Amino acid sequence: MADAAIIVEGAHKMYGGKKAKDMKKALDGLDLRVVRGTVHGVLGPNGAGKTTLVRILSTLLRPDSGRVEVAGYDVLTEARAVRFRIGLLGQHAALDEELGGRQNLELFGRLHHLGARQARVRADELLERFDLGDTGRKPVRAYSGGMRRRLDLAASLVTDPEILFLDEPTTGLDPRGRAEVWSAVRSLVGGGTTVLLTTQYLEEADQLAGRISVVDRGRVIADGSPDELKSRTGGDRIDVVLRDAGQLGAAVALLPVPEAGVSVDVDRRLLSAPVTDRMTALSRVVRALEEAGIDAEDVALRRPTLDEVFLHLTGAEEEAA
Amino acid sequence: MSAYVLTDSWTMTRRELAHWARQPVQVVVSLVFPVMLLLMFGYLIGGGRAVAGPYVDYLVPGMLALTMAFGLEGTMLAVTQDLNKGVIDRFRSMPMADGAVLVGRSAADMLQSAIGLVVLIGVGLALGWRPQGGGGGFFGRCGAAVAFPVCHVVGRHSVGAGGWAARDGAGRADPGLAGRVSVQRACHACCYAWVAGHGRSVESDVPDGYGCTRSPWWSRWGIGARLGGGCLAARVVGRVFPVRRTAVPGAWAVRRLAFGVGRCRAGGCPSSERRGVGLARIWGC
Repeated sequence: MADAAIIVEGAHKMYGGKKAKDMKKALDGLDLRVVRGTVHGVLGPNGAGKTTLVRILSTLLRPDSGRVEVAGYDVLTEARAVRFRIGLLGQHAALDEELGGRQNLELFGRLHHLGARQARVRADELLERFDLGDTGRKPVRAYSGGMRRRLDLAASLVTDPEILFLDEPTTGLDPRGRAEVWSAVRSLVGGGTTVLLTTQYLEEADQLAGRISVVDRGRVIADGSPDELKSRTGGDRIDVVLRDAGQLGAAVALLPVPEAGVSVDVDRRLLSAPVTDRMTALSRVVRALEEAGIDAEDVALRRPTLDEVFLHLTGAEEEAA
Repeated sequence: MSAYVLTDSWTMTRRELAHWARQPVQVVVSLVFPVMLLLMFGYLIGGGRAVAGPYVDYLVPGMLALTMAFGLEGTMLAVTQDLNKGVIDRFRSMPMADGAVLVGRSAADMLQSAIGLVVLIGVGLALGWRPQGGGGGFFGRCGAAVAFPVCHVVGRHSVGAGGWAARDGAGRADPGLAGRVSVQRACHACCYAWVAGHGRSVESDVPDGYGCTRSPWWSRWGIGARLGGGCLAARVVGRVFPVRRTAVPGAWAVRRLAFGVGRCRAGGCPSSERRGVGLARIWGC
């Protein structure tokens, strides 16, 4: 397919000890296809293989087997061509801590063979764009977490890469820093860059990614747009919060929905059930509660959150294993 | 290898120079420290030693060698810091020349060593030391001394280069790492063995009558046997004391380099000489 920026087919990667039994499977036949010009989220718990995937795609690690192509080039045989076309934002700030922001950007520009003048111009542009203009001379050591991350992002954009890898870009940032990084990523996508984003935060994937692959134990266990993934766990849900937790049992029996799908949270006096016909279900629930004299604090219809999707998918995976 | 080896290496050298410019105090301290040691051994501690001829004739060659060996410390620290931070990952994900990190750092380190050597030689000359032996030999020795830390870094980086690929996000190593560490140890050993061999020429700077003129037993070996023995010794030492696999052979090399002492002739050392000179006293010449 011509419009795929990243193709991964059956990638395997093992890590670990000298003996076969100590080895750990980081990737276990992972398949992935990222369409050019989109943001693709890779979502998974710790140790799912997200970072390994990014390191393989950015030519830092070699896959044990499988086909991995980035921008149409094989990461094993054409690593150099790949490196010309990618930007990497790793989990940890990949900056020279002793140097200032401008010096860092110029260094990376020169190493991308932009030439001295061009590297300087580009550094100025990026400092301006990421609102780091007046901090250019301070050593990176003295930067705040959010500034450091922005500079890191700027450094990965020195050559306007075709494909940008973001490995948990907002881990460890406060909400403000996170919002800054998000808006920076959004503005990139407008420019036609393909972004592969790994994250543990479902909100982040929901906010940024047009398509999400859920990864667990080195394999993709679900794939689709955020909406598709959400509807996969059963579509809309109705949440009812009662005033008295003692009435939860009675309320469950009353609800006009199959009992199997109902989840009850006693601490929050909450029961939640999947519904198919939104408005009808809502009015029937309210009426049923009224007739039974059960006092409800809150009744709401909502889409499932990605957290629920995630727990649902990884939980199902666990049962199967 | 790409066409950009030179420009990329120069960029990396400039990076190191920029570090110096940012931390001038560190650079000055690294230059002043050996001078302080020299003055301390020369006037505070060693001044009262009974030796044949002026004491600086023993001291300055030893301090030169010691300083060059100390040059390792800064280099190793810097390399380790780079490896532990993400910046090497960024370098590796960029289309830069393969050897540039290594060549760039080596060039900067060599420059620093050369400056250190000039400063120390200058102070030595001011104290009245005059290099003995031929002029060519002297400059050859200076070159070798400057190159020593760089050789070490090459050994260090040759595992670094392989080791980069061997590190994953969680810091676990891949199965190939063990082999690469062996390569690293061998490189270390070669450096030490080579320096130990080099110590003989430092020795010639030390006038006769030192009290420990007899060459040590390994000096009778050819260079090949010395390298082999050094490899073996470093491997054994490295296995037993993995943490000290640099420090222990390093200390031996420094001792040999700095003081060029072998064993005394049986019963041949007068008590004043047996105490040796400066640091040599600690090892009981």
